[in-house]
Amino acid sequence: MLSISNLQASIGDKQILKGINLQINAGEVHAIMGPNGSGKSTLASVLAGREDYEITEGTVLFEGEDLLDMAPEDRAAAGIFLAFQYPVEIPGVSTTNFLKTALNEIRKHRGQDPLDAVQFLKLMKEKMKLVNIDQSLLSRSLNEGFSGGEKKRNEVFQMAMLEPKLAILDETDSGLDIDALRIVAEGVNKLRSPERATIVVTHYQRLLDYIIPDFVHVLYKGRIVKSGPKELALELEEKGYDWIRAEAEAA
Amino acid sequence: MTPSNQQYNQFKDQLLAAFRANEERLNGESKAPLHQLRRSALQQFERLGFPTIKHEEWKYSNVNSLIRQAFDIDGASSISEADMDDLQIPNLEGNILYFVNGQYKPELSRLVSPADHVQITSFADALKAEPELIDKHFARYADYQDNAFTALNTALANDGVVVRVPNGKTVEQPIILRFITDAREKNIASQPRNLIIVGRNAEVTVAESYRTLGDRSSFSNAVTEIVVEQDARAQYYKVQNESDAAYHIGTTQVYQADNSHFYSATVTLNGNFVRNNLNIVLNGQHCEAFMYGLYMPNGRQHVDNHTLVDHAMPNSYSNELYKGILDDSGTGVFNGKIFVRPDAQKTNAYQSCKNVVLSPNASMNTKPQLEIFADDVKCSHGTTTGKLDEEALFYMRSRGIPKDEAKTLLMYAFAEDVLSQIKIGPIREYLEGVVQQKLAM
Repeated sequence: MLSISNLQASIGDKQILKGINLQINAGEVHAIMGPNGSGKSTLASVLAGREDYEITEGTVLFEGEDLLDMAPEDRAAAGIFLAFQYPVEIPGVSTTNFLKTALNEIRKHRGQDPLDAVQFLKLMKEKMKLVNIDQSLLSRSLNEGFSGGEKKRNEVFQMAMLEPKLAILDETDSGLDIDALRIVAEGVNKLRSPERATIVVTHYQRLLDYIIPDFVHVLYKGRIVKSGPKELALELEEKGYDWIRAEAEAA
Repeated sequence: MTPSNQQYNQFKDQLLAAFRANEERLNGESKAPLHQLRRSALQQFERLGFPTIKHEEWKYSNVNSLIRQAFDIDGASSISEADMDDLQIPNLEGNILYFVNGQYKPELSRLVSPADHVQITSFADALKAEPELIDKHFARYADYQDNAFTALNTALANDGVVVRVPNGKTVEQPIILRFITDAREKNIASQPRNLIIVGRNAEVTVAESYRTLGDRSSFSNAVTEIVVEQDARAQYYKVQNESDAAYHIGTTQVYQADNSHFYSATVTLNGNFVRNNLNIVLNGQHCEAFMYGLYMPNGRQHVDNHTLVDHAMPNSYSNELYKGILDDSGTGVFNGKIFVRPDAQKTNAYQSCKNVVLSPNASMNTKPQLEIFADDVKCSHGTTTGKLDEEALFYMRSRGIPKDEAKTLLMYAFAEDVLSQIKIGPIREYLEGVVQQKLAM
């Protein structure tokens, strides 16, 4: 589904990604871990099409298409979704209105008819249950004045509505207490399917207690320095990142 | 005598001559106090001359391109009902009064409110029929000593509207004043003058709408005086959607008594050069004044809003929010003054001006001015001018909303904050439509 080879990206003069190689197939969940500043969020942003980064080398193919050549909205239409680490507050635009516009744009892109108000509400009600989100929250301005937990739940709710093929969760666990974490993780798990893939970017192992990954990759200084099964996350939790640093520096 | 720093100006000369020609036609009336007042206003206009950018209040608004033009000032128009089709506001109901080139057009207008709830007369008729009323209120609020345009209007204005709401009456239907400039054949200048008196414990909603027909140059120099008596409530909207050759200079002067409530929104969507002065004197205790504004200059449009809230008495409240979206080579000015006089303890006065500049060639000048002479008050002001929120734009795009649409959605939400303050549904919907069109351009 997603094939990243030798991906290099910089912001200004600073090179952040220094040659990422990663292959993700449908149905898989990949966790990307690593110390602060290793390039995890940059990788997530580059995949979603944030324009602050300059791609200096490498290719990213999504279902055979050159992803790097696509505008962010076209990537969304193709089936990529980024759950933001810091969801943006947008005064004056309700989540409902925002999502209806987004969903119908994506449908238009795919040659489907737009949903009318009734169909949209029905779909919304169904998906609201997944993340236990309240209707009143959705009629308020998007993320404005939401708590950290509400913002993250809203991200997973949007994901449920847009049904992406590849979901990228960027530090979705940051700022969440254990209850909120559980709700968010359950929402993500309910969306798991053989047709979909998920990338979970996280600093801590605890989210992975709830979203069990098939593979764990450790990013360090812009490269994937170690990959392994889910047990690798537990090892990192136990030993911290220092041994990774030591190994990487030695290599 | 013309001061030496003033250059000869043909338009000024034309206006002075018009006043004198008119004066010769008067018989005994020229001795009347009203005419004396008008003459003194004319002399003041002559003394002041048109302001230049050296004048602090006109620093960023240059009227040079206006005053170098020639205008027809007699108000004639061949307009017919059929010409008005493009200017209709769908579903609009209420007392709708049309003024073409400044002159009231009863045949186009429609009054629906019962006469014991509100008296609506043209200014020209009131001048003839009710000189005492005019004497009592005319030019008693809008000061012409320091403002050449108000002086000019005071001297020359011959039509507009006089609205009186008797004590204790609530006018259910809004009063909508539609000022149409017919600039299809010639350059047109007009001097509309309105007087609105809201009696004790009375309530009314008044809207002024400005439109132009044709693409010749037009100049509206409007003055509206509003008196909100004790316990009275007034809603006042000013809506400008004129041509790219339209100049508008207007002053709305509001005078509030104890426990009165004044609520305003000024929305400028199009026009070549617009200057709005909104001056409110809170001359009573427990008054409330709300001022909202939205302006969207693009192309080479210029919009200047000057507001002044004068807290003269204790325990009153004022709140102001102006918002601007500037694109292309559009320019904007916001100058917000708040005076809190020594007696005006326990004043609450808030002011905010927020702007989004969408193009590198657009610019905005903001100047909040707080002059506080009382010590037990709560006052705040804040202005922001920034670019479009790129982070919000990326967020929306990452959800599949194309860039242009995301931009429109963001800017529309920004504008809606002010548009939603307009309580006349059809006018709000009309403005929302124009804003959306303009944003999608």
